[in-house]
Amino acid sequence: MQISGAQMVIEALIAEEVEVIFGYPGGAIMNVYDAIYQQSSFQHVLTRHEQAAVHAAEGYAKASGKVGVAMITSGPGFTNAVTGIADAYMDSVPLVVISGQVPMSLIGTDAFQEIDAVGISRPCTKHNYLVTDAKDLPRILKEAFYLARTGRPGPVHVDIPKDVTAQVALFDYSKEVELETYKPTVKGNMRQIKKAVEAIANAKRPLLYLGGGVISSGAAQLVREFSKMTQIPAVETFMARGTLHHADPLLISMLGMHGSYAANMAMSETDLVIGLGARFDDRVTGKLSEFAKNAQIIHVDIDPASISKLVNAHFPIVGDVKNVVESMMMLAKDQVDPLRYGPWHNTIANFNKLHPLSYTEEGDRLKPQWVVQRIGELLGDDANISTDVGQHQMWTAQFYPFSRPRQWNSSGGLGTMGYGFPAAIGVKRADMDRISVNITGDGSILMNIQELMTAVEYNLPVINVILNNNFLGMVRQWQTMFYDKRHSSTDLSIQPDFVKLAESFGGVGYRVTTKEEFDAALKDAVEKNVVALIDVVVARFENVLPMVPAGGSLFNMMLEYKDK
Amino acid sequence: MEQARRVISVIVLNEASVLSRIAGLFSGRGYNIESLTVAPIPDSKYSRITIVTAGSIKVVEQIIKQLHKLIPVLKVYEHEDLVEKEMAMVKIPLSESLGDIEALAHAYNGRIVNVGSDTLIVMVADEPMRVGHFLEAIKRFHPKEIVRSGSVALER
Repeated sequence: MQISGAQMVIEALIAEEVEVIFGYPGGAIMNVYDAIYQQSSFQHVLTRHEQAAVHAAEGYAKASGKVGVAMITSGPGFTNAVTGIADAYMDSVPLVVISGQVPMSLIGTDAFQEIDAVGISRPCTKHNYLVTDAKDLPRILKEAFYLARTGRPGPVHVDIPKDVTAQVALFDYSKEVELETYKPTVKGNMRQIKKAVEAIANAKRPLLYLGGGVISSGAAQLVREFSKMTQIPAVETFMARGTLHHADPLLISMLGMHGSYAANMAMSETDLVIGLGARFDDRVTGKLSEFAKNAQIIHVDIDPASISKLVNAHFPIVGDVKNVVESMMMLAKDQVDPLRYGPWHNTIANFNKLHPLSYTEEGDRLKPQWVVQRIGELLGDDANISTDVGQHQMWTAQFYPFSRPRQWNSSGGLGTMGYGFPAAIGVKRADMDRISVNITGDGSILMNIQELMTAVEYNLPVINVILNNNFLGMVRQWQTMFYDKRHSSTDLSIQPDFVKLAESFGGVGYRVTTKEEFDAALKDAVEKNVVALIDVVVARFENVLPMVPAGGSLFNMMLEYKDK
Repeated sequence: MEQARRVISVIVLNEASVLSRIAGLFSGRGYNIESLTVAPIPDSKYSRITIVTAGSIKVVEQIIKQLHKLIPVLKVYEHEDLVEKEMAMVKIPLSESLGDIEALAHAYNGRIVNVGSDTLIVMVADEPMRVGHFLEAIKRFHPKEIVRSGSVALER
């Protein structure tokens, strides 16, 4: 079939069974937008900023497990999208990002809206392409989707000059992807797996250390069974929230900088870490030389470069978590005695009793942790939860009762403020039957507030709950603790009227100062099923605790902070 | 940790921007490059890049894994037992003694390759350390310009 490059993009998206893309048009991508206009196979959601288009595609990808697609124009369209692309790279989110480029004849001339897009995206994509001939487009687009979803998933960027989208060439999408330089190892080495299971059988205090890879490989259910069968307790990283049900007795909690005391102590006391799809991030490990000092390490990861990068693995296993855990379970069934870890369970129960995650109520002032818990009580499993970045994000990770994988959606690696709202729009689009809640802060929400218009236009009713403390709270917290209370540029006392703001876009707004008002607002927003901003006035100086100060050891947590 | 000199060979698809992927990886992750050479492998769609770097065993392990992770990279070798050669050319004023220069170059597997109206060019090809020695020795002939090729290496 002889068609234009622009039509090839459409045909490729159809062949990949794409049902929605998020984007923003502009000069260099107009040929493709013209082809989008003339098709009805997939929906195009016009976000109000290119960064939001990529975050929405990320939210969609994380909630659905499919590859998210974003489309933008050249120059500023592309540079606006870079934050989203980098975010997806850090959190291994499968995306295909298609950008327009100035015509081939103008590349290198500093043309209008020209930027070296592949030069910029190179360090923050899994792979990228500059398409120089339309005849390469079918192969490149097919490779892009294949690379995005296989191995360690990630964003793939395809930059297409305007004349290439106009050029007519043969479209054949039937050829299988052939990449002799790219063959991810998905099946773990059986000898290593055998050794690892032997180590598990001999361990006294083994601990499952679950990372985001468990969720992206679709292994959460299997890991639940593995943990239950062997009775090995588990800690989750920030990215892995929802892998185990919050009420699972074997789930300790989240570990790391704002993890629970019990989770961090368990990591410090364990004699065998079973790392699954986790990458020993500095926010998890604290001081490396003190991390899991008493333990041998099993590390299962699809990315060989993640293994022994920071913490030396005694049992490195390259492979897909799902395959490897399957093999482990077959061996563990006969080899691992689930009754042998009784004393270890008691130790952990004591840690939990000693310092459970908690906060103190103070009269009538709303505590942000209460708000998170309350959303959990009222919506629980019916909601998908996104967040922005900061204190509210940590409180949500700590206190929300997650019950399933892909319920939780937040910017972990890059820590992108402004992520939450557009991502929650993508989540809603992927899972229309559930309520999409974005728990956010008064700082973060303003970083992509224009997406109110997108959510209203496409009837994607996201409920934004703003934990409003009139501060850039996390930075304020560090300034209070480590910078002698010099609150440099973190006071956000001057604010918009969030109620009017929501209304002016056609959404609904609430300002809430009491528990009763909060309940009423959330119920009303859910009932009305419209885009909402719930502006919750919370205790201003609340800190996220416990905390491992940067560079500190996990077992040396700051459990409370007394204002001097 | 012990910082040792390492020679790494990378076999890559010979396609646009592959070199910037490699170079970008080194700069982006803070690895250092002492020298880098690249040329196509005859009768194939691949190129061979030879990189001389320095780092601890752990760092070099990471470099190799990160290189492998790049999509157009086919193979990465870290050389243990290798034959390594480098080429250098030096431009020298014609006022110096041709015979002495020729004799010196000869000791380092080289010779005078060009004689112009007021300068000559001498080249040597030898192990990188010996090339360094040659460049020390040639100093007394007042070299005007020096160019080194960077290392190429083959496993024994």
